Amino acid sequence: MPSIKMTVNGKEVSGEVEGRTLLVQFIRDHLGLTGTHVGCDTSQCGACTVHVNGRAVKSCSLLAAHADGADVQTIEGLADGDTLHPMQEAFRQHHALQCGFCTPGMVMSAIGIVNDNPEPSETEIREALEGNICRCTGYHNIVEAIGAAAKEMKA
Amino acid sequence: MYDFEYQRATSVEDATAKYGAAEDARFLAGGMTLVPVLKQRLDQPSDVVDLGDLDDMRGISEEGGAIVIKAMTTHHDVNTSDLVNNKIPALAALAGTIGDQMVRNRGTIGGSLANNDPAASYPSAVLALNATIKTNAREISADDFFTGMFDTALDEGELILAVSFPIPEESGYKHFPNPASRFPIVGSFVAKSSDGVRVAITGAGPCAFRVTEFEDALSGGFDPDAIRDIKVSDDGLNTDIHASAEYRAHLINVMTRRAMGE
Ligand SMILES: Cc1cc2nc3c(=O)[nH]c(=O)nc-3n(C[C@H](O)[C@H](O)[C@H](O)COP(=O)(O)OP(=O)(O)OC[C@H]3O[C@@H](n4cnc5c(N)ncnc54)[C@H](O)[C@@H]3O)c2cc1C
Ligand code: FES
Ligand code: FES
Repeated sequence: MPSIKMTVNGKEVSGEVEGRTLLVQFIRDHLGLTGTHVGCDTSQCGACTVHVNGRAVKSCSLLAAHADGADVQTIEGLADGDTLHPMQEAFRQHHALQCGFCTPGMVMSAIGIVNDNPEPSETEIREALEGNICRCTGYHNIVEAIGAAAKEMKA
Repeated sequence: MYDFEYQRATSVEDATAKYGAAEDARFLAGGMTLVPVLKQRLDQPSDVVDLGDLDDMRGISEEGGAIVIKAMTTHHDVNTSDLVNNKIPALAALAGTIGDQMVRNRGTIGGSLANNDPAASYPSAVLALNATIKTNAREISADDFFTGMFDTALDEGELILAVSFPIPEESGYKHFPNPASRFPIVGSFVAKSSDGVRVAITGAGPCAFRVTEFEDALSGGFDPDAIRDIKVSDDGLNTDIHASAEYRAHLINVMTRRAMGE
């Protein structure tokens, strides 16, 4: 059984996993960080998106053992105390969620989009959201929120 | 997913040694194909040998008129590479059409070629640009590499190290994406070099293939009009719920003309 160590939201964590344990299982079941969701479990929906070494990835499609030694950020690591991350705040202000199931993945993915492209156009945001599925909102307010947050994050 | 022994390679030699010592191993690159396959229990390896630490298998360089992309380079890194965008912009653009942001952050060119999905995007570029696949054992030309559906010329345990793409005078890529998965239903890569024109298609058949009728017609003049009236046969093309063989044959012509800027 591989024993693994990684930094999650700035904290050192460790655990024993099986070879087949997925990163999302480690995050949810071992660390109890249930903000990261599993929507499809088939690499399609993006609900499980977290950042590994600064890049957005689908944690349902990564082995936990592969992330040994990595720096992982989940939705729980974004806010600074009671102050939401600008992307979370923009989702709130723009009503970019309904049931909220896709939201953690959307927010993590959205931050990845803005990190790569600090001034995305509406079309670029829509294209970059390819890997995230939302069954409620119709995406419109999500796209608005990301555009607004991009401006905020630049400021 | 069935369990397996997880091993992490420390060098290319270590990777092939670990592979060789195991009963039935698989290499793990980005895992964007292998992990979903394991989760569906479509495969049951005894060992998974992770190539993730092999930094010397990552990177892009220019060597004697060619762009060399090492096997573990991600689709994102190809898409955003200044060198690739300068020298073979169509290849950079192709990498940017693969899957989504998260898939491109993980998936690698080596994994894509080794897997040889009938709808994989890269094989069209490898074939049209007449690339060479460098492995730990030998060099394989693009024309010899893709041998069938999910099948390549790679031997058991042979590791792709890099792909060398000769820089063309001109090239273009266009695909018609599946509306759900966004994989190409048909993709066409066209490349013009001093040796002539090569046209390679992905998504339409069991694996990527060249269209010599188009290549001959375009050698006389690099103009989409030269192929407009050429009907590609639908013999042996894929039919599935997304598109019939006949429709794919039609798309081959349309996507090739669009790849040329029409
Ligand atoms: C939602 C989604 C959408 C996608 N859309 C597209 C698309 O539009 N177009 C497209 O082309 N692909 C698409 N893909 C597939 C993606 O490009 C994969 O990244 C790629 O096919 C496999 O690369 P990998 O690095 O993830 O390989 P892995 O999954 O790690 O490995 C795949 C296979 O290759 C072998 N292998 C890996 N590296 C090597 C090597 N260096 N030498 C020898 N064998 C090796 C492995 O053993 C395994 O059998 C998509 C995937 C997903 C999940
Ligand atoms: S749960 Fe990971 S992509 Fe849907
Ligand atoms: S808000 Fe319900 S799935 Fe997106």
